[in-house]
Amino acid sequence: MKMVIAYIRHEAFEPIRAELLGLGFPSLSIAEVKGSGRQKGVTERYRGASLTNYLRPKVKIECVVDDGDVQTIVDTILKHARTGAVGDGKVFVMPVEEAYRIRTGEAGAETLQAHEADEIQR
Amino acid sequence: MLPIPRTARGGAIAADAVPTPAATGGPDHHRRARRARRHRIAGVAGVAAAATLLVPGSALAVDPTTVDQSTLLESVVGLADEVNLFWLIFGTALVFFMQVGFLGLELGFSRGKSVGAGVAKILVNLSVASIAWWAVGFGVAFGGNGDDGVGSTLIGSSGFFFNNGTDLAGTSSGATEATTFIFQFTFAAVSLAIVWGATLERIKFIAYPIFGFVFVALIYPLVVHAGWGGGIFNDIGPGHLDFAGSTLVHLTGATAALAAAIVLGPRLGKYGPDGKPRAIPGHSMPIFGIGVLVLWLGWFGFNGASTGSTDGSGFSHVIAVTNLAAAAGVAGAAITSKLVLKSFDVGMIGNGAIAGLVAITAPAGFVELWTAPIIGLVGGVVVVLGVLAFDRLKIDDPVGATSAHGLAGIWGTLVTAVFASPRLVDEAQQGLWYGGSFDLMLTQIVSVLITIAFVFAASYAVFKIIDLTVGLRVSEEQELAGLDISEHGMYGYPEQFIPEAELIGSAK
Repeated sequence: MKMVIAYIRHEAFEPIRAELLGLGFPSLSIAEVKGSGRQKGVTERYRGASLTNYLRPKVKIECVVDDGDVQTIVDTILKHARTGAVGDGKVFVMPVEEAYRIRTGEAGAETLQAHEADEIQR
Repeated sequence: MLPIPRTARGGAIAADAVPTPAATGGPDHHRRARRARRHRIAGVAGVAAAATLLVPGSALAVDPTTVDQSTLLESVVGLADEVNLFWLIFGTALVFFMQVGFLGLELGFSRGKSVGAGVAKILVNLSVASIAWWAVGFGVAFGGNGDDGVGSTLIGSSGFFFNNGTDLAGTSSGATEATTFIFQFTFAAVSLAIVWGATLERIKFIAYPIFGFVFVALIYPLVVHAGWGGGIFNDIGPGHLDFAGSTLVHLTGATAALAAAIVLGPRLGKYGPDGKPRAIPGHSMPIFGIGVLVLWLGWFGFNGASTGSTDGSGFSHVIAVTNLAAAAGVAGAAITSKLVLKSFDVGMIGNGAIAGLVAITAPAGFVELWTAPIIGLVGGVVVVLGVLAFDRLKIDDPVGATSAHGLAGIWGTLVTAVFASPRLVDEAQQGLWYGGSFDLMLTQIVSVLITIAFVFAASYAVFKIIDLTVGLRVSEEQELAGLDISEHGMYGYPEQFIPEAELIGSAK
């Protein structure tokens, strides 16, 4: 089991979500985060004084999948999040020791299986 | 011609009800009117007695077919008087509404962690100002200038604990005085509201009622007495001209604001390690914008009702002049902001409207319409440059009160001496533009300097005393947490600070 964590532009999220859903991966979490990288800050000018914000807003995606599915997830993110400009973000993959489904109490990789389209409640 | 009373706005009410030569115009109108006014403001009690004789009951309870001419005349005079009083009370409502404007302006320019404090401040200030004005302030300002043996040119001495319509206790007063009392109160409250704009986000709440009481009971009334109360400003040169209070109300408030900002020191984070000013953006430009527009509207009462009466419809002229100046103030600030700051700064544009309004407040009833755009435009330029200058001087004034009300107030007072129209003022008070002498300009300069010197010294002393006793500024920790939670124990915007998971509590 691996957790894929991606920091992306806001506008990249919706196409990624749509494609992952289509591929059978509806389970993910996001967070609104702020971070800095090589993308330059935004300078606010206010009443003659200025304030540069180096922390830019990004979306953080967290998605835990079986080892064999990691490349599919990563490829999907890379495909949609890349504009070629500084500020596209980063993807990290890290190991996960265990997973539980709260509703049923089941544990292990079976809680992460890909879903067929008709299993997903819309 | 527009028979606009000059200085003693409140005091003018009672006698304007009588169609004396002084009130109906003529070449010597202003000189005589001025003498009459000086007489009229000689003590609240004296005016009350006169007013009782001049206003014989309801004007409408007369049958025109049977009544004789003198009764009819009395009735018409009485009706005119009631219209005048109504105009002042309508103006009272508009000027009172300006508190909403100050609320919006100050909250918009505050961070979200100190907005509840601003709301509590406006409410407590109105409370303290009302009581201080009733108990002491009104008497100090309008309680006689010595002409009738009551008061002196420095301080009034009647009308304390104002007691309307009875002589059982306090000072007996008539309806006209009640009108003056409440109308002038709203101006005192405006002047006090101006003070606090410079103190946002770091002042202890307890400082508001303490300074507020001293300011409305003594500091502000003494300045007003010097001007509208028949005091010393009327004896300098040809007598100063301040129609609705560029100096008396706005410069007074702004000077106290300057003293407060200096004693308080800048907000944490206002200046970087290099000493350069940093932006501390206010939390809501929309709330700020609503505040500016409410003030703009309120100013129609501030200046318009300062005619003191509806005679000759002079108030329409004043309101038209006022609006033009505000419009030009916006333009002046927007252009200056774009040229100097390279952007159309929202706050600066709003400040421009206020500066235009402050600038036109002194000249509003004395100048022609064509001068208003000039007066307002310069006001808008001055406020932008002023905000930048105060920032450089390490005086942290989050709303720009010292510039919008102070510098623009000075500009408005001085420019009155340039454009005062012979149609609207005494011959001796004609502006330089019309070939008037330089005396009026000197008078305006001297009255401005006296106001700044007195108000700054008195306010600085009071703020220092507060600082040395109960403390003027919250602790660093409290300032970082915000005044809402540290001074009031609650948040103005709780959902921004309390996570939903904790707000919702346990489901079980």
